[in-house]
Amino acid sequence: MVPLGLTTVQLARVQFATTSLYHFLFVPLTLGLGPLVAVMQTKWHRSGDERWLRLTHFFGTLFLINFAIGVATGLVQEFEFGMNWSIYSKFVGNVFGAPLAMESLAAFFLESTFLGLWIFGWNRLSPRVHLATIWIAVAGTWLSGYFILAANSFMQDPQGYKIVNGEAQLTSIWQLLTTKWTLFAFTHTMLAGLTAGSAVVFGVCCWHFARRGNIELFRPAAKLALIVLVPASLLNLGFGSEFGVLVTDLQPMKIAASEAQWQTCTHCPFSLFQIGGFSASDPTPSFVINIPDGLSILATNSLGGEVQGLNEVNQSEQKQFARQFGRNQSYLPPVEAIYWSMRGMAYAGSLVALIAVLGAIFYRRRKLEQRRWFLWLAVAGSFLPFVATTFGWLLTELGRQPWIVQGLLLTNRANSPAVSTAWIVTSLVVFIALYLALLVVDIWLMRRYAGRDPRTAEPEHGPEAVPSY
Amino acid sequence: MDLQNVWFVLIAVLWSGYFLLEGFDFGVGMLLPFLARDERERSQMLRTIGPVWDGNEVWLVTAAGATFAAFPAWYATMFSGFYLALLLVLFFLIIRVVSFEWRSKAESRRWRTIWLWANAVGSFGASLIWGVGLANLLYGVPINSSGDFAGSFWDIFSVYTVLGGVTIVLLFAFHGATYLTIRTAGPLCERAAATARTLSVAAAVVGSVFLAWTVDVATDKNEKDVFPPVLPAALGIAALVLAVVLVYRRRSGLAFAATAAAAVLWTATIFTSLYPRVMVSSTGFSNSLTVDGAASAHYTLVVMSVVALIFLPLILLYQGWTYYVFRARVTGGEPDPEESAPEPAPPEAPPTVA
Repeated sequence: MVPLGLTTVQLARVQFATTSLYHFLFVPLTLGLGPLVAVMQTKWHRSGDERWLRLTHFFGTLFLINFAIGVATGLVQEFEFGMNWSIYSKFVGNVFGAPLAMESLAAFFLESTFLGLWIFGWNRLSPRVHLATIWIAVAGTWLSGYFILAANSFMQDPQGYKIVNGEAQLTSIWQLLTTKWTLFAFTHTMLAGLTAGSAVVFGVCCWHFARRGNIELFRPAAKLALIVLVPASLLNLGFGSEFGVLVTDLQPMKIAASEAQWQTCTHCPFSLFQIGGFSASDPTPSFVINIPDGLSILATNSLGGEVQGLNEVNQSEQKQFARQFGRNQSYLPPVEAIYWSMRGMAYAGSLVALIAVLGAIFYRRRKLEQRRWFLWLAVAGSFLPFVATTFGWLLTELGRQPWIVQGLLLTNRANSPAVSTAWIVTSLVVFIALYLALLVVDIWLMRRYAGRDPRTAEPEHGPEAVPSY
Repeated sequence: MDLQNVWFVLIAVLWSGYFLLEGFDFGVGMLLPFLARDERERSQMLRTIGPVWDGNEVWLVTAAGATFAAFPAWYATMFSGFYLALLLVLFFLIIRVVSFEWRSKAESRRWRTIWLWANAVGSFGASLIWGVGLANLLYGVPINSSGDFAGSFWDIFSVYTVLGGVTIVLLFAFHGATYLTIRTAGPLCERAAATARTLSVAAAVVGSVFLAWTVDVATDKNEKDVFPPVLPAALGIAALVLAVVLVYRRRSGLAFAATAAAAVLWTATIFTSLYPRVMVSSTGFSNSLTVDGAASAHYTLVVMSVVALIFLPLILLYQGWTYYVFRARVTGGEPDPEESAPEPAPPEAPPTVA
């Protein structure tokens, strides 16, 4: 039973990709919306301005609707390593398991327990302690992200280990947790989270402006969102390209693939758009729009910088691993998918930054509420950060192929021998059906609650009117 | 004691913590459609676990993560071998988790009914499979010489292992009822107490049979002596019997302590019976996974031990504090903002969910 002619490994990959990309729709929103809600509550706490309390409840509800599904789908990720990738799990468990276990002990307990305190503690805790609970929960989500990204970094740039009896063993937890890759990935991801959270807050505000809703209430929220969105989205563009320089150094294949650059070059152009040129047999695109020297600048920070081509990296890896995997093993990742993922990420990210800057200009000129075309653009724009993060992960993980751990273990040798194709197909069907149903409900709920007018909802209850069961 | 033994004990502790805490969450969930008479009472029941269920579930996340880090070979074989069972668990846990946040977010009857049953079915299903799954570690599944599961989905079902699942369902339902007795007030509390009495005898009888049988399985399938497995098993039976006596004498606080002890001792019996193995092989005893064979290298265990030593006491402290903050009985008379607040728009029909 092999639908579409996919092998067991390919099916396991499809499953991991689907479930983790889905999970990561909710993660950036939690990472970004959490601190914004905490700031709103802090503002209410400091000023006593009732508007901030209403905004806290309003965006807090949106936060919780998504938090639940983020938690639920995160569990799938933790189980899936062992379920589908048992050889991988045995190979890296010594190293990779440590940050995962540390994540639960140091971060996830914190986040879950204190979020429970926040949701139900409005009348039981003093305002100051209650305010602290949301900040602690937020710190938990960020810390959580750090450990997960540290674990993921081991797959991209393995450090702090030695190989003993064919298994990776940890030699330095400090080295594992502080690789350059981890620090870059963490900053990049958290900026993406802040971008996503503030883009959603800004989009919701604009939606209310466009429908001539409660403008007085949402204006301060729009301002707060812009204060986060403008620097976060702009910084991440710059930071993302700095990350690219690091990747050029550590995973030259990924950079070469993201540019479909087959030959090693200096003064390499950056291709904005191209048709063809995605396979070794057809390395020259039939149509291409280039920025001269663009790739050299992005990848090496210098005009004439040399960027290794796909063919050269492939040959050098073939030489390096000839004894282990034979001379004919190809180390080329899926070039076309990576090329477009890179562009999907970069273009979506740039558009978000553009919307942010325009929004800030209109806000400063007090014209924001009147620019109806822009308001609707901002509403649509609130989805763009999720497009960017999805493509970003595709780029990161497809660009690592055919390795599951860069330079150490091949993906097609890492799956579970005990798991049959039928089992994976079954679980794939279950996950896709369940996840689609949840997505439909989530979007319906988000639309319903985001469109609610806080003028009529929860009028006289004050702190009593909190999201609860 | 070597560090891998410490970690074996720690993983047993994490599972015990999970069963003790999420045990009553699952119990409340299972009783939800039967105990509550109306929407207000359902909210009342859910509010007893509302602030804590998420933190309780992290005990499971940690048990799985700790197994990955401390016993990679165990994690790899267990999770790939119990593939479809774990898929079911994930399904049940997911519909249950979202039901908590989503149920109150719309008013229509159908919507509320869907999430009510999502919570109940999720709680029931997850409990059943955890019971079956843990019983299988001891009863044995086909494991080949390279340490991989080599059987089918149906290999995990036998009379003994299914009884393990049934025991956990009954025990958790009982545990949930004693929890509700000490956490609610009014008519709901009365009904919870009556339900606890009804469930107590069944849970005690089935639980005692399972625990006694476990000692037999330990000697038969895992080459253990009767002692030590008999110790937690006997204590577990004693806790169950005591729980029956206490619910009939209406000593609700002590009855809850007894069901909590039973949940912990159930887990302790399984893990005591397992040691020094972590998964028994039914096809060749020498293929069984052992604590020493499945463990991570020393350095990883040292790192993990330091982390656990720092964070576990902290976790106990702040989770304990949460229970202290929410110690007041839920009366059901609390203002329910979701229902008293006027709705801005007429409720739309909720989308159909499978």
